[in-house]
Amino acid sequence: MFSLLRSMWLVFLHMFHKRDTYQYPEHKAPLPARWRGRIALTRDPDGEERCVGCYLCAAACPVDCISLQATEDEHGRRYPEFFRINFSRCIFCGFCEEACPTYAIQLLPDFEMSEYNRQNLVYEKHDLLIPSQGKYPGYNYYRVAGLAIKDKDKGEAEQEEPPVDIKSLLP
Amino acid sequence: MPIINIDNIPYEVKDGKNLLEACLSLGLNLPYFCWHPALGSVGACRQCAVKIFKDEKDTRGKLMMACMEPVKDGMRLSVNDKEAVDFRGNVIGWLMTNHPHDCAVCDEGGSCHLQDMTVMTGHAYRDYHFSKRTYRNQYLGPLINHEMNRCIQCYRCVRFYKDFAGGKDLDVFAAHNHVYFGRQQDGTLESEFSGNLVEVCPTGVFTDKTLKQHYTRKWDLTTAPSICQGCGLGCNIIAGERYGSLRQITNRYNGAVNGYFLCDRGRYGYEFVNSKDRIREPLVKHSPADGSNGLPVLQHVRHRMVPGKTIGIGSPRASVESNYVLKELVGEDNFYLGIGEIEHELVGLMLKLLREGPVRSASLQDAAAADAVVILGEDLTNTAPMLALSVRQAIRRMPVENVINNIHMPAWQDAAVREAVQEEKGPLFILNVVATKLDELATGVYHTAPDNIARIAFAVSHLLDGTLPEVTGMSEEGKQAAATIAAALKGAKKPLVIAGYGGGSEQVIRAAANLAWALQQQGAEAMLSFTVPECNSMGLEMLGGHRLESAVDAVLNGTAASVLILENDLYRRLDHHTANQFFQHCKEVIVLDHLHNATTEKAGIVLPAGTFAEADGTLVNNEGRAQRFLQAFTPKVPIQESWRWLLQLADVCGDPFLRSLMHYDDLLKAIAAKYPVFTGIDTLTPPADFRIAGQKIPREPHRYSGRTAMLANINVSEPKPAEDSDTALSFTMEGYRGEPPSSMIPFFWAPGWNSVQSVNKYQVETGGPLHDGNPGKRLLEPNVNGQTKFYSNIPDPFIPVGGHLLLVPLYHIFGSEELSIHTPGIAERIPAPYIMLHSEDARRFQVAAGHLLYFMNNGHQYALPVVINDTLQKGAAGIPVGLPHMQVAEAPLLVKI
Repeated sequence: MFSLLRSMWLVFLHMFHKRDTYQYPEHKAPLPARWRGRIALTRDPDGEERCVGCYLCAAACPVDCISLQATEDEHGRRYPEFFRINFSRCIFCGFCEEACPTYAIQLLPDFEMSEYNRQNLVYEKHDLLIPSQGKYPGYNYYRVAGLAIKDKDKGEAEQEEPPVDIKSLLP
Repeated sequence: MPIINIDNIPYEVKDGKNLLEACLSLGLNLPYFCWHPALGSVGACRQCAVKIFKDEKDTRGKLMMACMEPVKDGMRLSVNDKEAVDFRGNVIGWLMTNHPHDCAVCDEGGSCHLQDMTVMTGHAYRDYHFSKRTYRNQYLGPLINHEMNRCIQCYRCVRFYKDFAGGKDLDVFAAHNHVYFGRQQDGTLESEFSGNLVEVCPTGVFTDKTLKQHYTRKWDLTTAPSICQGCGLGCNIIAGERYGSLRQITNRYNGAVNGYFLCDRGRYGYEFVNSKDRIREPLVKHSPADGSNGLPVLQHVRHRMVPGKTIGIGSPRASVESNYVLKELVGEDNFYLGIGEIEHELVGLMLKLLREGPVRSASLQDAAAADAVVILGEDLTNTAPMLALSVRQAIRRMPVENVINNIHMPAWQDAAVREAVQEEKGPLFILNVVATKLDELATGVYHTAPDNIARIAFAVSHLLDGTLPEVTGMSEEGKQAAATIAAALKGAKKPLVIAGYGGGSEQVIRAAANLAWALQQQGAEAMLSFTVPECNSMGLEMLGGHRLESAVDAVLNGTAASVLILENDLYRRLDHHTANQFFQHCKEVIVLDHLHNATTEKAGIVLPAGTFAEADGTLVNNEGRAQRFLQAFTPKVPIQESWRWLLQLADVCGDPFLRSLMHYDDLLKAIAAKYPVFTGIDTLTPPADFRIAGQKIPREPHRYSGRTAMLANINVSEPKPAEDSDTALSFTMEGYRGEPPSSMIPFFWAPGWNSVQSVNKYQVETGGPLHDGNPGKRLLEPNVNGQTKFYSNIPDPFIPVGGHLLLVPLYHIFGSEELSIHTPGIAERIPAPYIMLHSEDARRFQVAAGHLLYFMNNGHQYALPVVINDTLQKGAAGIPVGLPHMQVAEAPLLVKI
């Protein structure tokens, strides 16, 4: 009897508490920056695609919902020829983001991707690529990699010596 | 067998090995870089350090390099000793100081020995925060990419390229920590074996440029065991597919055939599979078959096959299965071998000699173990490249054996042994019509006409065995040549005689057999190796059929009306005019092929056949070894194996016997039952219902990615994966994860070993056979008990005829083979058609280099630009056969100028 009354009292008290329910979609819940939602491909500080097509995200994906094909431009810079995520399979585990060595693939705090037609959940590169650096501003993979690309020759990356003159005998 | 204690566990190991080999053979994980099973040890990378203890009481021990220490009985060592582990970790740490942050954009990533070893030693974080050394790269041609920053200075590349394969244009330059591996200046790597650098390099300095065009990681490839289609040697390869196109060819270790290496034609000649010239659907009168009267295409074919007047033309580049079904379908009397007159004579003769003679045919590895080699009329580097590599190893054998006895060093001490051997070489004699690339290694070289080559070989046989007929009227030079060769061969225990289709002469082949037989009678363990032109030339000849010329006659005189042509471009077999005439007289031409060519142009109906990557089949190589290639991927419907097309056609035609062959295994059993020579062909690979632990063997590694996305752009609901009802392999990543039977290893992988070095885990011992034996089955064994019938018919010496030239065939590794020329990188290196003359002949016919020389054959005129080469026999002219736009299909022949 006592517990019954106690419960009713507690429920009554809740009437004066702050409400936890959001009136979605009129009101949206604030999501933390690391919330694992929509997957996007970001760009580096120069505005170029960060993705180099290394296939690590695809390999890490437990549901195998990422497929891509790497290619390279005439200066040796790699990028994905196509990049496809089948969101109808994606479990938003974030392994792809963890695997990505270039910070290209990032999970953003956005979950509003519902579709009536399942086919529309297949995202291609132009759906995924955003004009932003996402959560990791300032990182540019090609500035630390040894590969030469347009406007960055051998020895011009961070912490690189100028190319060796192999004809020199100096120590 | 010595017993060694590793971490206090006794193991029995093989004597004469080093500790690294012993550890790897035992299945232990010991990292290494500079050691390679085929190249031996140099102790340069300091990576394989182990701790060796004096005795049981010794607790301190000392660090030693496992690759430099021979196995001794009672030895005590530790692989997992803390100090040894730390030492190895530090060595990797040093190697990595200058290694760039490239893995994401490196083609080696995922199959990288450096990655594997770094993980194995536990060096997971970079401690080095200072600047890195950089290099400029070189352009090394269309097949190999160079990225020198990644180099860890293990020296394997130059050791393979220079020491093993005899290349001259790759070397190490500069000094101290600036050493540079490359060419003296930018340019295409000249060696025919340069592609092996991709596999020999433990990291991504040398990578496959053709793979770069459609880059795929090793873990994403659907792979299958396959056989190279580039020449008659039958090297084992792994073919890898992704997104419906063939991406890469890698070596598949076979301890009896190709070992660890492939030639560039074999490695890069695969791109015809992805060619835009592929036939992708059945064509009736050059337009898609769907539009023609609504009849299924096989009904069309049946209507066009005139009863009793239909003939079939087989092909040396189609599998035994396809040729067999065609032969059954059209009947034995109507089956013709789709090869030229000369080729048929030569291969037929080789088959007879290997079957009836007392001397065994040599596999590639047997050839590498020979102690004296005679090459008769053959430019091996261009006709059978991997055999040339074997010959390079064979001539090192004798000097190495002498040296290791003198300096008391094991043969795997590569640097020391090389230093002691210097330029010493074993006996190698080359008799050819023109200079070849192997000449530089030869003890004796003689450039003369094919008939004279045969005469010298007959003379050598006479010198070895006096009962054999003497050659009369020999020139002084010839006599001397014969005497030197005979003297060198007398002491040989395992002499090897090589001849083949390259010389184009039956006399030379007979002389080669005579020589090998004479050597055998002297008590030597002689070996014979005949090169054959195409991947299944030997298999086709074993199957047997009429000659192509009689098919032409049958069509011309009207006894045959419809022709079924199997994977064959008759314009490469017959001369241009005969082929034109043949097709004019054919009522109906039905062609099964995978690429459009001159023959498919003439065809009324074309059926799209699967290439080697899209088909199962069996090939017989020059040694007589039957080997199975398995389908790497399912092509787009309606492309399918030729034998399946033909079986379906037989079904439509109502052939009762062929109808009963429901499965691939039934077909194999039928072949083995009908032809005793093919006995065992049905057991080359386990049957289709073979399972390990109830499971099939997956073609895809367990890390295969993108299954639920790769076709999602077409339909988000994934299609059912293709099923393989023909073999025990599956097209998916599900299945048995352990080691498959050696004949059907789709890829080499072991935990911790992602690179191709994981082959160690599949071998009985490093460099030895695969666990359940090397795949393939020899179908030809010598007739050891029979009486040897020596040839006594010695040809007359070659005498130039006034106004005429003897055309001899010259072959090119890049260009002479039909399919590999579809690879753009190989097409770049095809020479333009030419006619090669001796300068005196050029003067005789008043032409200079670059002029057009006109000659007549069979009433038709041809013209080719002249190239001068003074090593060529006077009175002979070399023409490159098989090149695109060459109108002369076969040589040798005598032509009027």
